[in-house]
Amino acid sequence: MGRTLAEKVWDEHVVRTADGEPDLLYIDLHLIHEVTSPQAFDGLRLAGRKVRRPDLTLATEDHNVPTLDWDKPIADPVSRTQVETLRRNAEEFGVRLHPLGDVEQGIVHVVGPQLGLTQPGMTIVCGDSHTSTHGAFGAIAFGIGTSEVEHVLATQTLMQARPKTMAVTVNGSLPPGVTAKDLVLTLITHTGTGGGQGYIVEYRGQAIEELSMEGRMTVCNMSIEWGAKAGLIAPDQTTFDYLEGRPEAPKGADWDAAVAHWKTLVTDEDARFDQEIVLDASTMTPFVTWGTNPGQGVPLGGVVPDPAEFEEEQDRVAAEKALEYMGLEAGTPMREVKVDTVFVGSCTNGRIEDLRLAAEIIKGHKVDPDTRLLVVPGSVRVRMQAESEGLDVIFKEAGAEWRGAGCSMCLGMNPDQLTPGERSASTSNRNFEGRQGKGGRTHLVSIPVAAATAIRGTLSSPADLVPAGSTHESEA
Amino acid sequence: MDKFLTHTGVAVPLKRSNVDTDQIIPAVYLKRVTRTGFEDGLFAAWRNDPEFVLNRPEYAGASILVAGPDFGTGSSREHAVWALQNYGFKVVISSRFADIFRGNSGKAGLLAAQVDEKVVQKIWDHLEEHPGATVTVDLESRTVKAGEGPDAIEDSFDIDDYTRWRLLEGLDDIGITLSHEADITAYEATRPSWKPVTQH
Repeated sequence: MGRTLAEKVWDEHVVRTADGEPDLLYIDLHLIHEVTSPQAFDGLRLAGRKVRRPDLTLATEDHNVPTLDWDKPIADPVSRTQVETLRRNAEEFGVRLHPLGDVEQGIVHVVGPQLGLTQPGMTIVCGDSHTSTHGAFGAIAFGIGTSEVEHVLATQTLMQARPKTMAVTVNGSLPPGVTAKDLVLTLITHTGTGGGQGYIVEYRGQAIEELSMEGRMTVCNMSIEWGAKAGLIAPDQTTFDYLEGRPEAPKGADWDAAVAHWKTLVTDEDARFDQEIVLDASTMTPFVTWGTNPGQGVPLGGVVPDPAEFEEEQDRVAAEKALEYMGLEAGTPMREVKVDTVFVGSCTNGRIEDLRLAAEIIKGHKVDPDTRLLVVPGSVRVRMQAESEGLDVIFKEAGAEWRGAGCSMCLGMNPDQLTPGERSASTSNRNFEGRQGKGGRTHLVSIPVAAATAIRGTLSSPADLVPAGSTHESEA
Repeated sequence: MDKFLTHTGVAVPLKRSNVDTDQIIPAVYLKRVTRTGFEDGLFAAWRNDPEFVLNRPEYAGASILVAGPDFGTGSSREHAVWALQNYGFKVVISSRFADIFRGNSGKAGLLAAQVDEKVVQKIWDHLEEHPGATVTVDLESRTVKAGEGPDAIEDSFDIDDYTRWRLLEGLDDIGITLSHEADITAYEATRPSWKPVTQH
């Protein structure tokens, strides 16, 4: 019987297998950042161990770094200690680090692909759950905890039980204005936050094939939000075109050898998945969340649901708690929800394509006077590219804040946080209670919805906008 | 890591589903560079509420958390496990755990005992009638027990064989893997030369 893509990549990395034990899996690339690594390096030091393969390890500073005044010492002493600890550890153990101020600094999941380090058929891990992003290239990529970070540092392997496989087939094409983010939010509402648990998921079908690499990364990024171990997409010409010529991509004869191998990384026709979900992209619409987990979503054209309508008691209780936290009334049209802050950025939607799309919608408009728009590029390279295209000018002229690179308000570890009761429309990945700041209320949205919401001040899509420069515009 | 055989302690009902890692410990508490001291951040937002279950005197000194389904969803932060341990928890009982949380628990020595949803409900009911009651979790026989007499609860819980063995023996994963170092070296010799490296 044939094998799925995930099974092929897995099999290629098994160092050792034994009855009753998890597989010992080789790791091709280990990404590191300041928050989940200090205790792992401490463990190595205590045991007198070295980093086995510093040449397969890359560190960047992203989670807690400021997006303003990044050329000055970090003001928060605890954050500063954490960053300085990473710098000391990188030096002591010989790990390549892109620190704040470096041209390659940025969110770890933006930096890997843009350097060309993320390639098809690899195993990639990082002490961060959104490592699933790299699956967009046909890699098995997943988040690990700090004990596992230490394990990979010491051995370049991980003990992992072989997951089951699932196919998510998305037929048809996404309608104009509907994005990869809407697709994945629709999927998560369909499956719930635990639907993918225990599975490596392969996204396939026409709508997936039609996505750019950026769109594919957005989809794979959110695999963890429905509980999947990892999510991946078979590499194709789109993947190869994205990779060719990047600094760390293979060159010359190596490139040809690599591509020849990558082309074998597809699910065989007679392979069987343990589970399959089929969705139709053509019926999808802009999608937003109303609750406090990514599975609590509705179309933008819908209303805040009535908890009483949920069949399962648990869902009902969860919905009641979520509405209370979010300060929403059942039946309110989503388009009437007033937003205080719009956050454009994160490893989900902080790449150059995302900023281009946001700028295209915002161009010529002004941000609503009661709304704040924060634009945070995913990396310094993304920031520089955007500036070379004049996107920063479009954002600033509209009244947005143009910031430095990092995770920023996605998780509120740096000063970019919501205040209690403040409501955001966020292109990030989690709407958990307090995620973006204590008491903050998050609606997950796509880039077009974020951009239109910033202009109108209520959850909106570009279709709701009065064309830039028309007479109605001046009334605002 | 200490061996885990059996544990008896005060059990706390946490009647919520989808308890994500941002609830277990918000990101602002993740800035320490040690494995200790995270108890302050445990359920930090909820603990502001004097009615929150952990603030009730009958649950002081609790060491077993009995939670709704999908416990530990979200981020990969092992700090969530450390925060629970630093506070004094030895065991979390739930009908479903997020994969990364379950993995982190096994590595750090917190027992994540997966039981049927009905068992969670039975224990919640028991704790409602007897606040402050203890529960016994036996890893050897994979059983949870609570109460006495005709209403006593005794059910099995799930944990994979390998994690159970490691917890029972208190073994260090890295030590086990390094005993297979020859296999790792042999595998490395077979890797294609075009695979990327971060240092040239």
